Amino acid sequence: MIADMKAEDIVGDFQEVSLQLYGSIKRKILYTQIETPYPDGKLIVSTTTPEGVITHVNQSFVEMSGYREEELIGAPHSILRHPDMPPAAFKDLWDTIERGEKWQGYVKNLRKDGGYYWVKATVIPNIRGGKLVGYTSVRRKPSRSKIEECIKLYPTLF
Amino acid sequence: MSFMFTVSPDFTPDHLSGWYIFNTWLQKHTGEAIHLEMYNDFQSQRGAIQTDKIDLIYANPFDAAMLVREKGFLPLVKAQGAADEALIVVSADSHADDVADLAPGTRVAFTDDPDVRLMGMIMLEPGDLDGGNIVAVPADNYVLVAKHLLKGEADVGIFLAEAYDGLSAMIKKQLKVLVRSQISVIHHNLMIGPRMQGRREEIQQLLVDMHTDEKGEGVLKSLGFDSWQKVDDEEMEFMIDLMDTLNT
Repeated sequence: MIADMKAEDIVGDFQEVSLQLYGSIKRKILYTQIETPYPDGKLIVSTTTPEGVITHVNQSFVEMSGYREEELIGAPHSILRHPDMPPAAFKDLWDTIERGEKWQGYVKNLRKDGGYYWVKATVIPNIRGGKLVGYTSVRRKPSRSKIEECIKLYPTLF
Repeated sequence: MSFMFTVSPDFTPDHLSGWYIFNTWLQKHTGEAIHLEMYNDFQSQRGAIQTDKIDLIYANPFDAAMLVREKGFLPLVKAQGAADEALIVVSADSHADDVADLAPGTRVAFTDDPDVRLMGMIMLEPGDLDGGNIVAVPADNYVLVAKHLLKGEADVGIFLAEAYDGLSAMIKKQLKVLVRSQISVIHHNLMIGPRMQGRREEIQQLLVDMHTDEKGEGVLKSLGFDSWQKVDDEEMEFMIDLMDTLNT
């Protein structure tokens, strides 16, 4: 399940928008312009079911997303979906991983407190005994120049 | 029948005799004839794996995917609490205080230790550095990586955290750490090949209990470990998937 964002969780001035997520889920998003820098030397790691429901997160995921682990497990990965991310990026992600291939891209993620953080994300299918059992997503620190490129490019993809 | 055991060539030189002592302990407790073959570099070790000479290996995480998926190896154990972490280091008087201060053409010293080099290169990405725009300065060991930095022959060094921490205080005073990885889930594994897998569970249990055996505890100390911890198939698959995402 994925709940609407709550004003009491938000830090700073925020805007409101309604976002259509994968699987006909509609979510009220409250977001600010506050960026949390990606921590040096860390990886954010999560695994999901083939449908994109979170089954595992590491400590860096918890710290950067602002959610508690129990709020994340069982939630769709789109809990991180930021309104500035063009739907085309996620369509490309799903098309790629459903073909059994690795996907890589730069993503602006939404925090529980309405802020955001940029990542370089890699998603791969987890194959066990020849069967797809889920996906692993690993995020690492992106370069500032790549972020600047995405800040210019992404608004043109809506 | 005799089996062949080998150790990832990035082992700490101080522990070389420890591996021979461990092999003796293992032969005694399994009743198998096991020959320990130490290779000088990863290339010659991989050649032996490719020709199916190896039955038991303390493997670098970088080679785990190949061992499991191409050669049918399965995990046994890892050193309790151990993880491979990498450091990005510059000379103490370097202008760089952050990886973002580095520019293309940076001279990067590293050893042929493949998982540490991979983690190190990932930590250089925030500075827009990659294999295509750095100048590689290969070194035989981590002391030589430090020397390259001190002599001004390299701008950046990639270290295994354990190796950097083991450098003398005098050397470390002349160096500056820019980034230390905190990945925690990448580690060496003791793995068993197809010819020995009939005894996998038995050997795994023997190793997990090794620290409770009086002699076993001493042997572990000579390897620098406290105890062995079981690695199950899913933990290994998870690490392989993780390495796969990084190796892009």
